[in-house]
Amino acid sequence: MENLEFRFNAQPARPAAGAALCGVVGSGNLEILIRPGDEADACTVSVKTSARGFGKIWEAVIADFASRHPVGGTRIAINDMGATPAVVTLRLGQALGDYTGGAQ
Amino acid sequence: MNAPTPPAAWDTRRQGRQRRLDRAASLGVAGRQVPAARIGALLEAVIEPGDRVCLEGNNQKQADFLAETLADCNPERLHDLHMVQSVLALPSHVDLFERGIASKLDFSFSGPQGGRLARLVQDRQIEIGAIHTYLELFGRYFVDLTPNVCLIAAQAADAAGNLYTGPNTEDTPAIVEATAFKGGIVIAQVNELVDRLPRVDVPADWVDFYVVAPRPNYIEPLFTRDPAQITDVQVLMAMMALKGIYAEYGVKRLNHGIGFDTAAIELLLPTYATELGLKGKICTHWALNPHPTLIPAIESGCVESIHSFGSEVGMENYIAARSDIFFTGADGSMRSNRAFSQTAGLYACDMFIGSTLQIDLAGNSSTATLGRITGFGGAPNMGSDPHGRRHASPAWLKAGREAGGPDAVRGRKLVVQMVETFREHMAPVFVEELDAWKLKESMGMELPPIMIYGDDVTHIVTEEGIANLLLCRTPEEREQAIRGVAGFTPVGMARDREMVERLRQRGVIRRAEDLGIDPRRANRDLLAARSVKDLVRWSGGLYAPPARFRNW
Repeated sequence: MENLEFRFNAQPARPAAGAALCGVVGSGNLEILIRPGDEADACTVSVKTSARGFGKIWEAVIADFASRHPVGGTRIAINDMGATPAVVTLRLGQALGDYTGGAQ
Repeated sequence: MNAPTPPAAWDTRRQGRQRRLDRAASLGVAGRQVPAARIGALLEAVIEPGDRVCLEGNNQKQADFLAETLADCNPERLHDLHMVQSVLALPSHVDLFERGIASKLDFSFSGPQGGRLARLVQDRQIEIGAIHTYLELFGRYFVDLTPNVCLIAAQAADAAGNLYTGPNTEDTPAIVEATAFKGGIVIAQVNELVDRLPRVDVPADWVDFYVVAPRPNYIEPLFTRDPAQITDVQVLMAMMALKGIYAEYGVKRLNHGIGFDTAAIELLLPTYATELGLKGKICTHWALNPHPTLIPAIESGCVESIHSFGSEVGMENYIAARSDIFFTGADGSMRSNRAFSQTAGLYACDMFIGSTLQIDLAGNSSTATLGRITGFGGAPNMGSDPHGRRHASPAWLKAGREAGGPDAVRGRKLVVQMVETFREHMAPVFVEELDAWKLKESMGMELPPIMIYGDDVTHIVTEEGIANLLLCRTPEEREQAIRGVAGFTPVGMARDREMVERLRQRGVIRRAEDLGIDPRRANRDLLAARSVKDLVRWSGGLYAPPARFRNW
């Protein structure tokens, strides 16, 4: 297991739900929970992953996501079992879609 | 003036054929039917050292009994054979070289034998002439690689020696035609001897000998993809391809590769594509093996016609019951033909879409990886822009004009590569240099084994979006368009972000959001079938999947 913590500045999100959960913890997949965070213009992300040594790619994937979508004011928790960046990006998009009611 | 010296004889091949038949007759073989126990002796009698031999190895049906018998022949009698065959699928195909019976190989695809083949090349136990695409190899059967002897497989023979190939006709007509009409010997293994064949696929007077094999020939279910293994990411990519390419160009005539990426597209035709109003406007005519994952689209009325290279195990009854869609004989069963279907894929289709293992910055793609020589089968043929094409279609014209402007004198075949940016074990698909170059060095090849050349590729689809290479105007733009969909691979991370953004403004790169695709819909629930059992249900029970795909 490896624990990773990130914080990115981002445009504020407009939540439509109190929280959003997406994906499952299974091989090659991951579970993402989005909840309200403490800072309106920042997003904090904590990742628990079974695959060690991919910190740089996680940082790049989440930084890219935060730059492309308004995710400020959120706290994102990720439980990962070896998802590829493709799956991570898709699940982040799906979770944010649920959290904001489709408005991105 | 000296007259040129005429050759001593003009019929040496015919004489050679008679010599071989005489030796066979001296074995006491009367008529065309040979007992299975005598087939080894027959092969040693009719094959001569140095002969070109075509051992029918297709994608699906295999002349496995004849292959094993040839491999068991005495290498002091039979040696230095030059094998000319499309697929090296069976261990016995490689045994021929390890045992010193054959020494040279011209082929198309080796699949699971790719590792053994590479070792034989490194140990100098085999000389590889070239790795061809199917149609190219068939072409050479009629030019400079005409077989002296061919060993083929059919479903049944009658007493006269007429052959019925069954649905997997595949390469047989091309092989037999080249051999029988150039003084060669045709030997067939069949599963059964019957009084009356359902239809005649090869007439008896093209066949010299046949043997009822001790067991039915092996058939590989190569084209069955279990919908249960299709991922949400593949659904997303399929949605992007349908909206960003199929709909944009109005692609009606096409070929699909055999991966899960294209299986996902097939399973979205009755759902997502129909919802987009595309039924009847895309994917109506195919050069395609009978993919079980196309059953829901056929049943939903999305498909008008399919011509096939070969058949697929378990699809026989379904095909026979859908003769408006598939090519079938008067007997009801399918007639496939690899040579004709490859011709259709080359000239009569507007699009080829398939997957690969590596793509470089020029868009060259290869499935060759270090230590394996697998070949490519039909992809280099169907994934190429045929400059001989002269008929127009909306898709072909639009692609041609995107590349060459409104006054372009020719259209373009759409050649689409569809990949996730990382394969299993986080191996990046996008690379600075293909393994094919290292393979060229280590194998002493004249060319790197590139499957599809970058200048033929028109689009690359990944989970990050679609790169339209037709719209790139410089090599730099092309490189950045490829980097721009290469995700978080090292190649993708090294992109010029500003240039990629400019390409996106021009529509050279399109993301899911640019295409109006909500990622929340990228879900397996969108697939028309989510399991093999669903496919059986769609077929009304006509599809009978092989045991390995039954888990209920």
